Order: sequence, then structure tokens, then C-alpha cells
Amino acid sequence: MVEKNHELMIEYMHEFLDDDILPEREAELREHLKHCADCRLHFNELRKAVALVQSTSHIQAPAGFTQSVMMKLPKEKKKNGLKRLLGRHPILVAAAVFMILMTTSLVSAWNEDDQFAVTMDENIIVQDNTAIVPEGKVVKGDIVVRNGDIRIEGKVEGNVTIINGEKYMAKAGQVTGEIEEINMVFDWIWHHIKTFFKDVFSGF
Amino acid sequence: MEEIVRRRITEVLKGDHNAFSEIVELYKDKVYQLCYRMLGNSHEAEDIAQEAFIRAYVNIDRYNTSRKFSTWLYRIATNLCIDRIRKKKPDYYLDAEIAGTDGLTMYSQIAADGSQPADEVTSMELQNEIQKEISSLPEKYRSVIVLKYIEELSLNEISEILDLPLGTVKTRIHRGREALRKRLRHY
Repeated sequence: MVEKNHELMIEYMHEFLDDDILPEREAELREHLKHCADCRLHFNELRKAVALVQSTSHIQAPAGFTQSVMMKLPKEKKKNGLKRLLGRHPILVAAAVFMILMTTSLVSAWNEDDQFAVTMDENIIVQDNTAIVPEGKVVKGDIVVRNGDIRIEGKVEGNVTIINGEKYMAKAGQVTGEIEEINMVFDWIWHHIKTFFKDVFSGF
Repeated sequence: MEEIVRRRITEVLKGDHNAFSEIVELYKDKVYQLCYRMLGNSHEAEDIAQEAFIRAYVNIDRYNTSRKFSTWLYRIATNLCIDRIRKKKPDYYLDAEIAGTDGLTMYSQIAADGSQPADEVTSMELQNEIQKEISSLPEKYRSVIVLKYIEELSLNEISEILDLPLGTVKTRIHRGREALRKRLRHY
């Protein structure tokens, strides 16, 4: 019982030293210390230990400390600025990642297929990497020609897109839609982004 | 003080490199002292204190300006000290340093505001003894004792710096104090 009480009193001593003790407990502790020499010794030893630790004089940072820190700071402020900007605006990161993925996939798509290709239509004739819309014929729908030329002598009721090629329009040739020629990698990417957004927004 | 710091941090965020030197000036002694008491030698303390400021600078964008800057800074410094303590050999403490030149610089630093050379030496010896006892505490007790009695921080701040529940901080302080009581009672 005495031993248990002693432990409790030590608990109170710590609460007291932390300024975190209930008034009635403090009164109990004070009363106990009057009668118990062991606890008194314990309490004084605790206070002495605290006083000794606190007495270690306040030391100062060595001379030139600030200069030394400033010299060691990373110099690439610009990179940090970008990192900070991206850190604060996650949507920019998403946009950047999207652009990188889109660009790389499109560039590789651009490089990979250098074979001639054209939209299938019974009224289109293919001759030596050239698609021909013969005179008097009508193609209903869009035409895409890749890695080749197109000669339009007849009529196209739709858009014509020429990727990496040239178009020849005969006098009688007629295209009701838009004609777009894409010869640069950037044009190619731009075209894709444009159609991508057209598709996205036409969805609404 | 916090207001000045907040303004300087805004300037650092805008890219004003030099505003950071004022922050270092304001906190260098506190941070150095924290590291010195945690690590027990001046060379490592300087090394880690500098590292703490460099990390604060690099990660300044992660500092939440609505909270106390010193808490955030002490947290970086304390974590670096704990990492260092865990990495180094257990017998590498103050004793090893005393004989060298670093020990001498430390002597002259501490003695700077004393008056009588004889008293200085005695108190210096005592200080070294006490530091040795602090250094021999297990790291989990050492950090709470240093933060409470050297840096004079509140239990709440300590709990935030160490990312520990308040109850754990209290228990560690109690145990740390008991350990110090046993080690320092014969002085």
C-alpha cells in the first residue's frame, strides 16, 4: 500500500513539474512530502536534475553560420520556381502530362507509318501513291490521304485531309468541305488536338 | 516576430533569395543549440543545423503559413538530429570531441559571456558533464528533454514537432526526467 502510494506520488511530482496538476492532487502531494522523507528526496532530485539541465548556458551558432548556409543554398531558383508553380497548381501538372503523352504518342505515330493510305471509296482510283477522284465521279464523305497525293477531277462532298502529300485540283474538280494539308509534325499534332477537342466539345 | 518571419517567407517564395538570410539570422542560435544538445558535439551540430536551414529553404513551399514557423523549422532540425543519432555509432559522443580543436572552439563559444576564468572552467566542466548525461539518454527521451528544458517549448508544441500524441510526450518527459534524476543526483 505504501509502495503503491509512493508510485502515485511520483506520478503527481511529474504532473507538478509539467504544470499539469489538479489543485487537489497538488495539495495531496504537498501534504505527503511533509511526512515522507523518501519522496522528498526523490522530488528534490528531480528538481535538481531539471535545474542542472536548464543551467547549461545558452550557446550560440558559430561565426559565419548564416553566410555559410546562404552559400550552400541550391542556385537553380528557376527550377524551384517551376516546381513550386506545379506544386501549387496540380491542374497544370495534369495538363503538362497530357501534352507530353499526346505529343510523344503522336510523334511516334507520325514516324511509324510512312505507308500510303487513303479512305476507301468505290469512286477513288489509286495510281502510284496518288488517289484520284475521276472526272464525273462524286465521292460522298470525307477523304483522308496519308503519305501520298490526291488529284481531284470530280466532286467531293465532304472534307479532304492530306497528310504528308500534295493536292492537285483539276479545273472541274470540286470540294464542298474544307481542304487541309498537313506536312509538318507540328501541323499533324495540331490537327489531332483540334479534332480531339472538336470531338470532346461536340459531345456536349 | 512571427509576423516578420511571415513577411520574409512571402519574399522568399517570390524568389528573393536574400530574405532567407534574415530568417537564418533569427533562428540560427535556437536551431544550433537544439542540434548541439541533441548530438553532443559542435561539429555535427553545425553540420545538421545548416542542413536544417537548407531543407527549410528548399521545401519552403510546403510550409503552411497559418502555423508557427519555428515549430516547422524545429521539426526539420529534430528529425535530422534523430536520423543522425540513429546512424552513428553509440560510443561516439562528446568525449571524443573535447580533446580536438572543435572542443576548443566550443569552449570559447560558451565562455564568451562568463567573467572569471576560474569559474568558467568549473562551470564548463559541469556543463560538459551535464551534456554527457543528456547525450547518454536514449534518443526518444533526449529529444523531449531538449525541446522542453533547452528550447523551453510547451508540451503541445513538442507534440507537434515530434508528431506524437500529447500523452506520449508526457510519458517520455517523465521517463527522461527519471533517467536524468538517477544520473545527476550526485552532482
